[in-house]
Amino acid sequence: MIAETGHYALILALAVAIVQMVLPVIGTRLRDPQLTAVAVPAAQAEFILIGIAFIALTTAYVTSDFSVLNVWQNSHSAKPLLYKISGVWGNHEGSMVLWVLILALFGAAVATFGTNLPRQLQANVLAVQGSIAVAFLLFIILTSNPFTRLDPAPFDGQGLNPVLQDPALAFHPPFLYAGYVGFSMAFSFAVAALIDGRIDAAWARWVRPWTLAAWMCLTLGIAMGSWWAYYELGWGGFWFWDPVENASFMPWLAGTALLHSALVMEKRDALKVWTILLAIITFSLSLMGTFLVRSGVLTSVHAFAVDPERGVFILGIMAVFIGGAFALFAWRAPLLSQGGLFAPISREGSLVLNNLLLTVACAAVLVGTLYPLALEAVTGEKISVGAPFFNLTFVPLIVPLLIAVPFGPLLAWKRGDLYAAAQRLMVAAIVSLGVMIVTLAIYQKGPWLAPLGIGLGVWLLMGAATEIATRVKLFDASSTESWRRARNLPRAAYGSALAHAGVGLMVIGLVGTTAWRTERIEALSPGGTVDIAGYQLKFEGVAPRQGPNYQERVAVFEVTRNGHPVTELKPSKRAFAVEKSATTEAGIHNSWRGDLYVVLGDELKDGAYSIRIYFNPMVRLIWLGALVMFFGGGVSLSDRRLRVGAPKRAKPKSKTATAAAE
Amino acid sequence: MTRKQRRGVLIGTCLAVLGVAVGLVLYAMRDSIVFFYGPSDVAGMEMAPGQRFRLGGLVEEGSVERGTGTTVRFVVTDGAKTLPVTYTGVLPDLFREGQGVITEGILEPDGVFHADNVLAKHDENYMPPEVAAKLKEQGMWREEKDADGPESKVN
Repeated sequence: MIAETGHYALILALAVAIVQMVLPVIGTRLRDPQLTAVAVPAAQAEFILIGIAFIALTTAYVTSDFSVLNVWQNSHSAKPLLYKISGVWGNHEGSMVLWVLILALFGAAVATFGTNLPRQLQANVLAVQGSIAVAFLLFIILTSNPFTRLDPAPFDGQGLNPVLQDPALAFHPPFLYAGYVGFSMAFSFAVAALIDGRIDAAWARWVRPWTLAAWMCLTLGIAMGSWWAYYELGWGGFWFWDPVENASFMPWLAGTALLHSALVMEKRDALKVWTILLAIITFSLSLMGTFLVRSGVLTSVHAFAVDPERGVFILGIMAVFIGGAFALFAWRAPLLSQGGLFAPISREGSLVLNNLLLTVACAAVLVGTLYPLALEAVTGEKISVGAPFFNLTFVPLIVPLLIAVPFGPLLAWKRGDLYAAAQRLMVAAIVSLGVMIVTLAIYQKGPWLAPLGIGLGVWLLMGAATEIATRVKLFDASSTESWRRARNLPRAAYGSALAHAGVGLMVIGLVGTTAWRTERIEALSPGGTVDIAGYQLKFEGVAPRQGPNYQERVAVFEVTRNGHPVTELKPSKRAFAVEKSATTEAGIHNSWRGDLYVVLGDELKDGAYSIRIYFNPMVRLIWLGALVMFFGGGVSLSDRRLRVGAPKRAKPKSKTATAAAE
Repeated sequence: MTRKQRRGVLIGTCLAVLGVAVGLVLYAMRDSIVFFYGPSDVAGMEMAPGQRFRLGGLVEEGSVERGTGTTVRFVVTDGAKTLPVTYTGVLPDLFREGQGVITEGILEPDGVFHADNVLAKHDENYMPPEVAAKLKEQGMWREEKDADGPESKVN
C-alpha cells in the first residue's frame, strides 16, 4: 500500500510538473497574472508530492518491505538502520528519486522565498524547473520505477554493496546531488532571461545565492567522496581522475567560474552573455555527469545497473535540454545589451582570467573524460586516460590561476593598479619564498617541484590574509579604526578570503602527500616489525571478530615512535555473507604530520600476511581545505546583501557597509 | 586604451590560453594514454618495449601462486590465449580465480606482464564492460551470470 502511494504520488507529481511547465509560460505570453501565478503553488505541490514518494520509499526500506523489488535488491533486514536509510539512494532508482526531490526542493524554495523576484521572471524560472522535473519524472516512471512489486515477496533482501555501507558515503550522494541539481537554478534563471530577452545586474544578484549554495554542496559532496575513497578503498589515494570523479569535478569547475562571472555581472553589469552561457554550460555538465554515472557507460562503483534503455533515455534528456538551451542562446543572446567597459588590468579583467583558465582547464578534463568513450565508439579501440594525462594538462592550466588569485581581490574595479597590488603582496611573497626554502632544506629528497607547490599554497593563504589586512587597513590605520573596519567589512569579503585560503590549504595537502608519501609492502609474520616515517609497527597477529552484518579478520599493530607507544591500529578485512562480498578497512592513525595508514592483505603460505603501509604527510589538509571552502561559501551566503528576500530591508545597512569597504 | 584594443587584448589572451591548452592536450594524448588489450591482442602484436597497457580477462583457475614474499603470480586468460602476470602488493578484496580482472603495467621481454596496479572490482557479479566485451569476442562469455540475476527472477 505504501509503495503504491509513493508510485501514485510520483505520477501526480509528473502531472503537476506538466502544469508548472506549461501554464506559467502561456501566462507570461498572454500577460495573464492568474495563469502566471499558477507556477508558485504548482512548484510547492510538486515538492510535496515527490516528498511523499520519497518518504514512501524510505518507509519501505526502514520496514524492510521485500515485496518491493528495489528494497529486496538493495537492502537486508540485518543491516544497521543508517544504511537502510542510505540504501534508499544507494541504487539507481532511489538515487533518481532523490535527484528529483532535490530539484523540487529548489523549485519550491524559489516559489516560497523568491517573493521579491519580478513575477514574470519567477514564473519563467519555475516553468523551466518544471520542464526538467517532467523529463526526469518521466525517466523514473518509464524506465526506473522504484516501486515495482515482487510477488511472492522473498524472505530477506540481497543487501547493499558493502563498500557503500559507510557513514561518509551515506551523505555523499545527497550533497553531490544538491550541487548538481542546484546548478539547475542558474540554468533556469538563464533560460528564463533568454525567454524574456532581458537581463540586468539584479538578475545576477538573484542567481548568485543559488549558485553559491549549489557550489557549497558540490564542494562538500566531492570532498566526502574523496575522503571515503581514501579510507575505504584501501589504496591510500584520494583522487583517481576516474571518469566518474571527473563527472562531478567538471560542474564544480564551471560552477566556480560562474560564481565569479556572476560577481562581475552583479557589480559592473558586464559579461552578461558569457554568464548566461556559463550557467547553461554548468548545468549541462551536471546533466552529463548524471548521464555518465547513471547510464553505465563507465566502469565504476557508481554504475549500479547497465541498462541501455536508460542510457538512451538520459542521452535524450541531455540532447533536449543542452541542445534546446544552446539554440535558445544562439537565437536570443544577441538581443541582450552589452555591458560596461573595463581595462584588462582590473578586477573584471582578473575575473575574466579566472573564468578563462577555469573553463579551459574544465575543457581539458572533459576531453580526457570523453575521449576514450568517443574513440571506442568510432574505432572500437579501448584506452584509458588516467592521472598522467590530467597531471600534464589540468595542472599546468590551473597553476597560473592559483598564482594570480591573490592579485584579483586587490585590483580595483574598472581600472586596477597591478604595481600597487604587487607591493601589497610583498609580505606574502617573501613569506611564501621563505617557506619554499625551508621546505627545500627539510625535504631534500622528493620532486623538485614540491617545494614550489608548498610555496604556492602558502602564497594563497597569505594572499587571503593580505586581502583582509588591506581592506581593514591593518597597520595603516589605528587599531580601533582597523577593528571598526573589520566589523563593518561585508561577510562576502570574509567568505571569499576564506574560500581562497581553503584552496591554499588544499594545495599544500595535495602537494605534500603526493610528493613525500612513503609506501611499504611487506610480508609480515606475527611478531614482525616495520619502520616507516619514524614509526615502528609491531604486528601482533590476526583475530576473527563478528560485526552486525559481517565477519572480519582484524590485524593488530602496536605503533611506537622513538620507543614511546603511540597507538594501536586495527586494519581488517570484512566478509559480508549476505552480499557475498568483502571490504578492506584500513587502520589509520592521524597526527599533525600526516596519516599512518595500514592495510591488511592476503594470508601468505607460511602464516605471514602481506601488509601495505603508507605514510601520507599532510593529507588531512586536502579535506580541511574543502571544509574551509565550504565554510567560506556559507559565510558569504549569510551576507545580508546576498540573502534572498532580504535586499530591500538590508539596504540602508549594506550601504554603510559598502562605503566602509571602499 | 580604445575599445578595439581592449577587445584585442581579451581575444589575444583567450587564444593564447586555448593554444597552450590544445598543445598540452595533444602532447599528453601522445604519451599518457593507456590501451586496453586481452591476451589474444597481446599475442598478435608487436609491443614497443616499456609500453604501458591494461590487460584484462579472467584469472585462470588454479593459476594463483603466492610465494613467501608479497609477489603474486597468476595467469590472465580470454579462453584463446593466456598471459602470465606478476604483481607485488595487496590484491583487491574481490580478486578471485575464475573472475574478471584488469591489470595495468608493462610486458617484460621474458613474456611476463609486470602489473603495478590490479583494479579493484566492487561487486561480485560485476564484470568490467571492457572485459565482458573481450570475452564475448573470444566466445568465453557465460550467460549464466545473468540467469540468476535479479532481473530474470522477476520476469
